[in-house]
Amino acid sequence: MKYHVDERGYYGEFGGAFIPEMMYPNIRELRENYIKILDDKGFRDEFSTLLKEYAGRPSPLFHARRLSEFYNTQILLKREDLNHTGAHKINNTIGQILIAKRLGKTRIIAETGAGQHGVATATVCALMGLECVIFMGKLDVERQAPNVLRMKMLGARVVPVISGNMTLKDATSEAIRDWINNPDDTYYIIGSVVGPHPYPDLVARLQAVISEEIMWQIMEKTGRPEPDYLLACVGGGSNAAGSFYHYLDNDNVKLIAVEAAGLGTDSGETAATIATGSPGILHGSRTMIMQNDDGQITEPYSISAGLDYPGIGPLLAWLDRSHRVFFDSATDREALAAAFRLTRLEGIIPALEPAHALAILDKIRFRPDDVVVVTISGRGDKDMQAYIKYMNDMSL
Amino acid sequence: MNRIDKLFRNKKNNILSIYFTAGYPELTSAEGIIKDLCAAGVDMIEIGMPFSDPLADGPVLQQSNCAALKNGMNIHLLFTQLENIRKEVSIPLILMGYLNPVLKYGMEKFCLKCAATGIDGVIIPDLPPEVWTEQFRPVFEKYNLYNIFLISPRTDDDRIRKLDSLCRGFLYIVSSSSTTGKSEGFDQAKVEYLKRLQGMDLKNPGLTGFGISDADSFSQACRYSQGAIIGSAFVKRLGEKTAESLPVRDFVNSIISA
Repeated sequence: MKYHVDERGYYGEFGGAFIPEMMYPNIRELRENYIKILDDKGFRDEFSTLLKEYAGRPSPLFHARRLSEFYNTQILLKREDLNHTGAHKINNTIGQILIAKRLGKTRIIAETGAGQHGVATATVCALMGLECVIFMGKLDVERQAPNVLRMKMLGARVVPVISGNMTLKDATSEAIRDWINNPDDTYYIIGSVVGPHPYPDLVARLQAVISEEIMWQIMEKTGRPEPDYLLACVGGGSNAAGSFYHYLDNDNVKLIAVEAAGLGTDSGETAATIATGSPGILHGSRTMIMQNDDGQITEPYSISAGLDYPGIGPLLAWLDRSHRVFFDSATDREALAAAFRLTRLEGIIPALEPAHALAILDKIRFRPDDVVVVTISGRGDKDMQAYIKYMNDMSL
Repeated sequence: MNRIDKLFRNKKNNILSIYFTAGYPELTSAEGIIKDLCAAGVDMIEIGMPFSDPLADGPVLQQSNCAALKNGMNIHLLFTQLENIRKEVSIPLILMGYLNPVLKYGMEKFCLKCAATGIDGVIIPDLPPEVWTEQFRPVFEKYNLYNIFLISPRTDDDRIRKLDSLCRGFLYIVSSSSTTGKSEGFDQAKVEYLKRLQGMDLKNPGLTGFGISDADSFSQACRYSQGAIIGSAFVKRLGEKTAESLPVRDFVNSIISA
């Protein structure tokens, strides 16, 4: 368990809760209750029933035969794209809304980048009949219009955030400010393994259902106890944390996390935090962040709104620091090419985020009998604009 | 003796502290604003070190932080601008900002520079008292620099006592659960909260901040605490293009001579 959070809320040197006093009572309430709630039988029953009957879990582990042939190895896809609302985000929002209800909260807030977490939050709020306010950077509101409309149809109020770069970082800051202003009735469903302790641990535990399923599915599909490789994309890191969770202490499994390089890690237009960042404090935790020499947070760039974040969860920062996870990155173009490869070989249109993980298949030399699991964290409907543009540019 | 202690020893009530963001509205505004505030008769000044993501701040201070960074402000430059400030200004000066830029600058170097410049205290809202105690307390004490803690209406009594025991100078009483710049009047809940604190017999004096914007809210805050801090309302005034020749003096007068 050396990669799990310690009793002070840290993963090695990363984590903690660097929050203003105004947030302290809410964070303490969550910290003192989350394990109790997660371990409660009533919670577990309700959570697993909803995952099964509402989200559609378990998500399949699909042997991608033509992709396997192309790379001359055995590739299995963990199909989080088949979940209700189209991504792994629903695992977390179902869990957290059950926690919010047990804490007696009636108003839910969340941040969103691409809109996937926003949609997943608005969805569970509709299901539970709770008020829902989603903070979304104004730029993202414009570039992810279909998801904005989905949230509105689900009954959520979408607040365009006009501070900073008007993207995910600013939406997160604004959600935190809302929580400071509405501490009594409101619960903040954070969308990734970021933020002050206990959020990174809470979200990782809720997303751990991904690796829990991979464990028995891999045995069922291949007769082997574990895969040789697990690949996942990383922005904040929730699908990676969930995909890796039950394998963290199993060194037989090579874990590979793929960041968004944007136009390239040397270009200045990137969201690859591990590649270009340094330790610092952002959104309540000490982790790897993108910052300038004065400690100001710099603006990230990626074609993928879901990876367009200048930080990374403290667990992931620690997994990099302790060399348990190998970090690599893929550029916009590499991700686009990988998305088309999967689409044309397997008939699966992935979201731009997991397309980054798929891009790494080109860079690693696998053996023919290696078992490689790639988490397809979401589907590509929301990214059709970018895909159509690429298709036209490349005359595909 | 730290100038904050001296202030509270000599003045028991109606203490006015004013916040502004260094580097706003112009990169070189800070020195002039400090001198004007001093001449106008404020008791203490909080100098904001801008940050790209000020989590506890509302729209006005977000905007001033953002503009100050665009102007090119940073901690190093701020210390340079304040190099000779103690030749003319004798009231307590406090630096207020977020943790990341301070850590990047280096906490020891920061404290040393504060001492050399004549800074008396620091407010870092996202530096939890637990972390300060564990990692930074010795270096603060080495340079006789006070770390001012915030308490909010939802901070329970045990924690208030703990913060009071760690704090030196004064407690920063956040008047309501809110970010900065939300003036919603001085309602009964605020009065009850300040009365509760008065009844706790704390070792530190308290200044009320957040939502104090005019003569009325200032005098209300002064009834139940030693004084108050005004930030957003002042910064907003600084940002307005007006014909006033002495906006700082006029603003301070509107608060204290009412």
